[in-house]
Amino acid sequence: MPKHKLERIVIAGATSGIAREVGRLLASRGARLFLVARDPAKLDAVAADLRARGAEGVHTAVADLASTTSHEQWWPEALAALGEPDGVLVAHGILGDAERARRDASHTTEILTTNFLSVAAMLAPISTWFEQRRSGVIAVIGSVAGDRGRQSNYVYGASKGGLDIFLQGLRNRLFHAGVDVVTIKPGFVDTPMTAHLPKTPLFASAESVASGIVGAMEAGRDVVYLPFIWRWILLVLKMIPEAVFKRLKT
Amino acid sequence: MRPSFQSWGRYPKAEHQVLQLEWLTDRIPQLGEGQSLLPYGLGRSYGDSCLNDGQTLLATWRLNRFIEFEAATGRLRAEAGVSLADILAIAAPRGWFLPVTPGTKHVTLGGAVANDVHGKSHHVSGSFGNHVDRFELLRSDGRRLLCSPEENPDYFAATVGGLGLTGLITWVELRLKRVPGPWIDVEELQFRGLDEFLALSRESEQTHEYIVAWVDCASKGKNLARGIFSRGNHSLSKAPWVRPKPGPRMPVDLPGFALNPLSVGLFNSLYFHKQFSPRKARTVSYEPFFYPLDAIEDWNRAYGKQGFLQWQCVVPFENARETMKEILTRISASGLASFLSVMKTMGAMPPVGMLSFPAPGVTLALDFPARHARLFPMLGELDEIVAEAGGRLYPAKDARMSGRHFRLFYPRHEEFKKYIDPAFSSSFWRRVMSA
Ligand SMILES: Cc1cc2nc3c(=O)[nH]c(=O)nc-3n(C[C@H](O)[C@H](O)[C@H](O)COP(=O)(O)OP(=O)(O)OC[C@H]3O[C@@H](n4cnc5c(N)ncnc54)[C@H](O)[C@@H]3O)c2cc1C
Ligand SMILES: NC(=O)c1ccc[n+]([C@@H]2O[C@H](COP(=O)([O-])OP(=O)(O)OC[C@H]3O[C@@H](n4cnc5c(N)ncnc54)[C@H](OP(=O)(O)O)[C@@H]3O)[C@@H](O)[C@H]2O)c1
Repeated sequence: MPKHKLERIVIAGATSGIAREVGRLLASRGARLFLVARDPAKLDAVAADLRARGAEGVHTAVADLASTTSHEQWWPEALAALGEPDGVLVAHGILGDAERARRDASHTTEILTTNFLSVAAMLAPISTWFEQRRSGVIAVIGSVAGDRGRQSNYVYGASKGGLDIFLQGLRNRLFHAGVDVVTIKPGFVDTPMTAHLPKTPLFASAESVASGIVGAMEAGRDVVYLPFIWRWILLVLKMIPEAVFKRLKT
Repeated sequence: MRPSFQSWGRYPKAEHQVLQLEWLTDRIPQLGEGQSLLPYGLGRSYGDSCLNDGQTLLATWRLNRFIEFEAATGRLRAEAGVSLADILAIAAPRGWFLPVTPGTKHVTLGGAVANDVHGKSHHVSGSFGNHVDRFELLRSDGRRLLCSPEENPDYFAATVGGLGLTGLITWVELRLKRVPGPWIDVEELQFRGLDEFLALSRESEQTHEYIVAWVDCASKGKNLARGIFSRGNHSLSKAPWVRPKPGPRMPVDLPGFALNPLSVGLFNSLYFHKQFSPRKARTVSYEPFFYPLDAIEDWNRAYGKQGFLQWQCVVPFENARETMKEILTRISASGLASFLSVMKTMGAMPPVGMLSFPAPGVTLALDFPARHARLFPMLGELDEIVAEAGGRLYPAKDARMSGRHFRLFYPRHEEFKKYIDPAFSSSFWRRVMSA
């Protein structure tokens, strides 16, 4: 028996390659979904797909998730549409252009706002609602890139690392209310975000990562690396002393 | 799952730049002078019709969203990268089935249209294009053409069976078929020789929706053209159905010698005799009936790294008996036994595509490891026999027919050329337009 039944779920960033596959798994079991995304055409396409695949109901809201206030609009709508959601998945994010972020303050701000600030902000009312309900699951897609800063993408890494710390604290707080907080840390996943990268054997499919996410949400896990192997890769990476690490071309 | 960007036979090998499509609203990228594009679905074509060596492939597998499914009428509209497996997953539990299905469910709608694929029901249902109401064709100049038998009927006819050359099919609308459930009543009968095969076919076309025969290609003399005839109808059985679990996967390339004439001959003989009684009836779910090969993922790796060739012809009824006899005799004499040899009759329903393969007559499909020096000359001789009998070969399964034969088999190719998108090409097309 799963700890959390995922019958009514809110997905922020629902048009993401990974979230689309999570949506499909939930839809095929007849879930009711509330989808938030910024592009109306993509959102409609995803919603129609999930309806055809068996979702009992699909509601949508268009929102710019780089804004730290958009949830004021869509979170009450989600509650009105679903009644009592069983969980929330936060999936939106941008990889950004690491090269540009080195010099361009506005791009650095954009990455941190989209990936970290907006998530922390929306989770203020969302966490409070779940705390009062005293059950449910909140899952956020972080990244293995948040486990250690590297010269090649430290702004993105910092946004995900910030989420990691934020979610640790939130998990600690909500544990006492019976609410689970799941940090998802994927490695390389074959989605639009990585379309420009050559596909090495380290790449996982969005389908397999999605099924890992659904399993982790059902079980109310704490931190999950997807696929599992990344846990060991990062363990080794994190053991390298900083005095050595700073010399590496990473 | 990300496709391989090779063809299913893994022969010939090709190198590509791959551009990934994500959304219906995506545009066709503009390439430089001398460069060309080809849509690529799931790469279940065997030869080089899904390849564009040294050029670009437009990957459609992530254009895989349903747009609308009317569970009351069976009308389905979906993006072109949706696979037949995806469709069955949502439709079969609601009492709907594919009007036509090839021997694997891992093909996309776009691929099914572009090859106008056929299945075991050809004698009653025709081919895939006969069940397509409309699709959208995106041309490299940005035009989006709605194609149906009424709107842009010329582009409709060129694109069904059009080998991906007329532009990108972005979505497809088709009619599914009502069925009583997921079960099929199957009957399997041994036959010996072409006369028995033809008689069984004639009889079964009247009584069964699905017919196909497996032929033992290794046997000679009095055993020539022995085989097992299988026929089925949708069953009224109300037994509860459990969705099958994914099967095993071929984890490695088997060494090239694993499928040699001896092991293939042995397999064929065992398969023929697996059935001790000349007639056997049972009820099975649609999965093993239609998709026996899908049970092992990546089974094509059993043929080793060099890959393998398929060869499929159709020959008009009036010459079928003599021609098939001649073909089977040549093959068994060559010692190049085919592992899986499938024969069936095709019906009279005219296909809608200019270059569609299906035609009334008998079709035979064979496969051979791409290994023996003798193979290509022998297949060349078989092509000639088919040409003399007024038949044709199937481009979806071809890696080697001559340009002369292609042009003879497909007399409408000149008319077809007018509809080719100037930015599109394929390895197959360059090959059959030269030589
Ligand atoms: C085990 C097995 C059994 C088979 N049995 C049969 C059978 O019984 N009958 C039969 O007819 N075939 C059969 N086939 C062949 C298969 O059905 C066809 O080759 C089919 O077209 C493959 O579809 P695909 O999506 O993999 O397309 P691909 O092989 O990737 O491409 C096929 C063609 O379609 C074009 N194409 C793909 N998508 C689009 C698009 N969106 N717009 C425009 N053009 C596009 C490509 O350019 C290419 O020319 C079988 C194949 C296998 C592996
Ligand atoms: N792919 C990987 O290798 C990988 C690895 C580790 C972690 N992740 C994380 O996984 C999550 C999902 O990414 P993905 O791989 O599925 O890539 P993706 O398909 O590119 O998804 C990212 C999604 O975020 C949305 N988004 C970005 N900015 C937004 C904004 N301002 N407002 C609303 N939505 C916005 C995008 O919307 P549009 O579609 O409208 O652009 C897109 O749907 C992300 O958090 C990513 O950081 C991915």
